[in-house]
Amino acid sequence: MAAAGAGRLRRAASALLLRSPRVPPRELSAPARLYHKKVVDHYENPRNVGSLDKTSKNVGTGLVGAPACGDVMKLQIQVDEQGKIVDARFKTFGCGSAIASSSLATEWVKGKTVEEALTIKNTDIAKELCLPPVKLHCSMLAEDAIKAALADYKLKQEPKKGEAEKK
Amino acid sequence: MLLRTAWRRAAAAVRAAPGPRSEAPARGLRLRVVDNAPQSAVPSDTATAPDVESVLRPLYMDVQATTPLDPRVLDAMLPYLVNYYGNPHSRTHAYGWESEAAMERARQQVASLIGADPREIIFTSGATESNNIAVKELEAAIQPDTSLVSVMTVNNEIGVKQPIAEIGQICSSRRVYFHTDAAQAVGKIPLDVNDMKIDLMSISGHKIYGPKGVGAIYIRRRPRVRVEALQSGGGQERGMRSGTVPTPLVVGLGAACEVAQQEMEYDHKWISKLAERLTKKIMNSLPDVVMNGDPEHHYPGCINLSFAYVEGESLLMALKDVALSSGSACTSASLEPSYVLRAIGTDEDLAHSSIRFGIGRFTTEEEVDYTVEKCIHHVKRLREMSPLWEMVQDGIDLKSIKWTQH
Repeated sequence: MAAAGAGRLRRAASALLLRSPRVPPRELSAPARLYHKKVVDHYENPRNVGSLDKTSKNVGTGLVGAPACGDVMKLQIQVDEQGKIVDARFKTFGCGSAIASSSLATEWVKGKTVEEALTIKNTDIAKELCLPPVKLHCSMLAEDAIKAALADYKLKQEPKKGEAEKK
Repeated sequence: MLLRTAWRRAAAAVRAAPGPRSEAPARGLRLRVVDNAPQSAVPSDTATAPDVESVLRPLYMDVQATTPLDPRVLDAMLPYLVNYYGNPHSRTHAYGWESEAAMERARQQVASLIGADPREIIFTSGATESNNIAVKELEAAIQPDTSLVSVMTVNNEIGVKQPIAEIGQICSSRRVYFHTDAAQAVGKIPLDVNDMKIDLMSISGHKIYGPKGVGAIYIRRRPRVRVEALQSGGGQERGMRSGTVPTPLVVGLGAACEVAQQEMEYDHKWISKLAERLTKKIMNSLPDVVMNGDPEHHYPGCINLSFAYVEGESLLMALKDVALSSGSACTSASLEPSYVLRAIGTDEDLAHSSIRFGIGRFTTEEEVDYTVEKCIHHVKRLREMSPLWEMVQDGIDLKSIKWTQH
């Protein structure tokens, strides 16, 4: 009777010491710290990182954010004669979510017209990248970057229109 | 009786068995095998099916946050977890007596590390509780004209060593109580509470390769420092901290202190060597890297570097196979950058770019080399993606730009 008890105790002890998981369960209460696959992908396989010619008439440049805030995005678009965005580039100083948001923004604006690009919302970006609540401001900054680039392009087009009207 | 022999046999069997001991990580680049996949702590996008057998775990370079248990500490604790499980306050049987003896032995080990008398050491649940007892309860217990100075011995973010002996001298001459939070310093730099005129000191177990959930507070007896108890109850620990003292944990803390005393000099040499290796390699390979904190009065194991034009959290994400920490806002729950960096006058954008490298007793040269290599590679890559780096290369002065957001 006692021997059986001792055997059970021995097995329990060995189960405790040998088979217990050596890794504690993942902490689910800090989702900001876990990088979503999609976010990491934008860093590991970067697309559209770079610069376009700032001085060109067909290039709109948006620079938003501030280094003191830890977030600066530069987004550039190249627009053809028909008003369609044919190329886009970005550079970002910011966290992984900020890089992914601006990268996704350049992917989405390509192929859209200037008017269609204005409809891109930060909520769509956040949903696509599964951004946690604490990172939503990154997607908002990306939307601001798109709008700033479009505004800069429009500004560059205006004197041209003025000249055309004069003629 | 039969039960005790059964337990002893089980303990002996565990020690003899080719169990976890033989899989103990060898020195060198650590690729640890983990055998439970559904709860994997590594959110790797390269992981295949959920029940993959082995997962690579990151290198550990975050010793300021917590340290692994030294195997010698575990050896000391184990008997008190499985066999000698008595309550140290039980006066009437051998279980209590042996547990109390272990607790007093541990108290002596902690005291001898800091040059104190064992009667001046009270066990707590950690340095945080010790800090609360020292600061809040001291204030509550004394006259209005008495004051308290509280200073960290070694800062946990930038590794700066405060001039504790000088501060102690000033405080004792002005009859002001002096408390220091020595969580990051105990067992790493020589401390003596009498030479440095320290009245109260907080000690943390898990910062010195001991167990989590235990710490101690040193309270000077001559001249007597009176504190009020934070938690009341059965009057244990001279009435200053009621609650059963957790024997296995304090035995672990005691063992950690003893090991630290023996290894202090060797550890310091080893850590200094690795720290210099890391800093030199990084600074020689990358421009615009700033080390935060005074380079002279500095504990070598805590290196805080700011990589200009690269944001801290993005670098942590890139260095996903190394466990590190950053002072940037994005890594804190409050989105505020490190207050320590702000206090030493670091520019805000550099505060967002800081990374803390922690080097400890078990860090290897290969781990440092690997970390340095990856760090250099990814900083270069992130700088290519950074508009600030681009502007600086074009000769633009960043301070002259009007940014859209504040």
